[in-house]
Amino acid sequence: MGISVNHISKSYKNVKALQDISFEVKKGELFGLIGPDGAGKTTLFRILTTLLFADEGNATVAGYDVVVEYKSIRNSVGYMPGKFSLYQDLTIEENLEFFATIFGTTIEENYDLIKDIYVQIEPFKDRRAGKLSGGMKQKLALCCALIHKPKVLFLDEPTTGVDPVSRKEFWEMLKRLQEKGITILVSTPYMDEAALCDRIALIQDGKILEIDTPEAIVEHFPKQIYNVSANNMYQLILSLNDYEHNHSVYPFGEFVHYTDSRTDFNPEELKTFLETKDLSNIHIDKTVATIEDTFMELAK
Amino acid sequence: MKRFIGFIKKEFYHIFRDKRSLFILFGMPIAQILLFGFAITNEINNVDIAILDHSKDTTTEEIINKIAASEYFSIKQIIEKESDIESIFKKGKVKAVLNFEKDFSKNLIKDNNATIQIITDATDPNTANTITNFVGSILQKYQKDLNKEITIVYQIIPESRMVYNPELKSVYMFVPGVMTIILMLVSAMMTSISITREKELGTMEILLVSPLKPFQVIIGKVFPYIFLSIINAVVIVVLSIFIFKMPVQGSLFLLGLESVLFIISSLALGILISTISASQQTAMMVSLMGLMLPVILLSGFIFPISSMPLPLQIISNIIPAKWFIIILKGIMLKGVGIQFIWKETLILLGMTVFFIALSVKKYKIRLE
Repeated sequence: MGISVNHISKSYKNVKALQDISFEVKKGELFGLIGPDGAGKTTLFRILTTLLFADEGNATVAGYDVVVEYKSIRNSVGYMPGKFSLYQDLTIEENLEFFATIFGTTIEENYDLIKDIYVQIEPFKDRRAGKLSGGMKQKLALCCALIHKPKVLFLDEPTTGVDPVSRKEFWEMLKRLQEKGITILVSTPYMDEAALCDRIALIQDGKILEIDTPEAIVEHFPKQIYNVSANNMYQLILSLNDYEHNHSVYPFGEFVHYTDSRTDFNPEELKTFLETKDLSNIHIDKTVATIEDTFMELAK
Repeated sequence: MKRFIGFIKKEFYHIFRDKRSLFILFGMPIAQILLFGFAITNEINNVDIAILDHSKDTTTEEIINKIAASEYFSIKQIIEKESDIESIFKKGKVKAVLNFEKDFSKNLIKDNNATIQIITDATDPNTANTITNFVGSILQKYQKDLNKEITIVYQIIPESRMVYNPELKSVYMFVPGVMTIILMLVSAMMTSISITREKELGTMEILLVSPLKPFQVIIGKVFPYIFLSIINAVVIVVLSIFIFKMPVQGSLFLLGLESVLFIISSLALGILISTISASQQTAMMVSLMGLMLPVILLSGFIFPISSMPLPLQIISNIIPAKWFIIILKGIMLKGVGIQFIWKETLILLGMTVFFIALSVKKYKIRLE
């Protein structure tokens, strides 16, 4: 009774935004759609929130068909679009009150659902929404999407443009909401947030690359990854790219994530090669794959 | 119902917190009515003229006094020679010069006729024409007084009477027009802007994914503007009655009902505009170009429809404002009841129903 997506395709003129997408989200699950900008995440959200028609395929949300029973869906989901979409000239309290009223409820009735979030912005409740910081806007938007106690919550890139502390708080809130039995579909371009979901779908160019739990996705990474560092990062990347046996080279913070195309790879050999390229202070250590590595590997 | 009230409350917040829309709503009607009433006028009032009197006798003095006594003219300057006429016109000081011939009185008595030349500055043809007519009629009256004792055997006396606006006040003509323009603009432009604003800010997306039905959103959007437009209509009528002494001969109640009908038809037009425009700017341009211009040019507000070329006369029929102006003039100036304007009312009603049906049909319940 969560979300079920079957072979959904959607094109805009010449662009194929979504190609044959299928997945299931169980009731009460926190499901993440992970992918870069332009992957088709927003289009998928709009189809599921009955704002767009799919060209092919069908989908149900909370057991209702997105085309035929769109009115029932509009009654039972909460939607937070990627763009901040509240009334900038209304205060926090007025915004919340408005959304409570149009869903036929009151702030008091569902206060405990939003309490944890609302207490943080309540001191500013008479401030206009347009004058809030990014993090506060997101919290208010979440409150407004939650105020009618939705069965399914759609959050389209809720943490884009939000500072790291607020992002962390935001995800803690999502976890608490999940405990209250709300099914949550969230999209994000941040790979580190993926690990916080129950299951994730990696999506790129309108296609799903893989669907699994974050742990399983990392475990299934086919290669051993090495952290490589040296005195000159730029030179290091160039040299690794020149190395004839390289499989993948991605900068990753202060290291370069390196995988080799051979199964009997010997790090010493690489070290010798790098030394011939005038690099010094070279370290090559084994490391575990992250979701980002998986994504890069799958997207290759 | 509670949802609906909540929605309307929100709309009023929007209107009262946006200084620009407040100004358009309440500043513009007052400014326009005062502007049209005072500044833009076809009447002549205290027009400056100059006198060139070659005879300076009792008769010319009497005539000059009569002219100076009328409220239409004020004598700005007395000039002495013909050559001054040209220069005084060039300076733009006066609009007309009255040139009395030499020996005016003597000629009048001896030959039974004397000449007076009326020279007008026709850069403004309307004023020039009016001045000539007014001076003519003052002279005629004077002449009649002179000939009191003499009876002319054959005489045709035209007795003209201007009905409904005997003083030919232009404000009588402008008030219905201005009222039409303002109601149309406020209703159509403001609603179309407020709906497209929701689209632009992305809040429409959330409203769509809510249990609100399309008609609830539309009526919720439109209702505050019905209310505000009615206030505007009342302000305009009150201003024109008290400041411009505009009579309302007919029933105020009927005037109110007809105004509400016109307001609703304009609102429906506004909704229609919002369904075809994606941004506030487009909505504004479409409202201004698509509504303002035709209303000003083709509704009969400024240019009489009967003197337009046939194709334009035909086009003018599809402009709701034309019918509303006819209705307004009927009620305000002629004092007619519904039995004389039912045809226009019916046309307006038909247009309103058509616009509402079309905009409900065009209103999208999805994003595409």
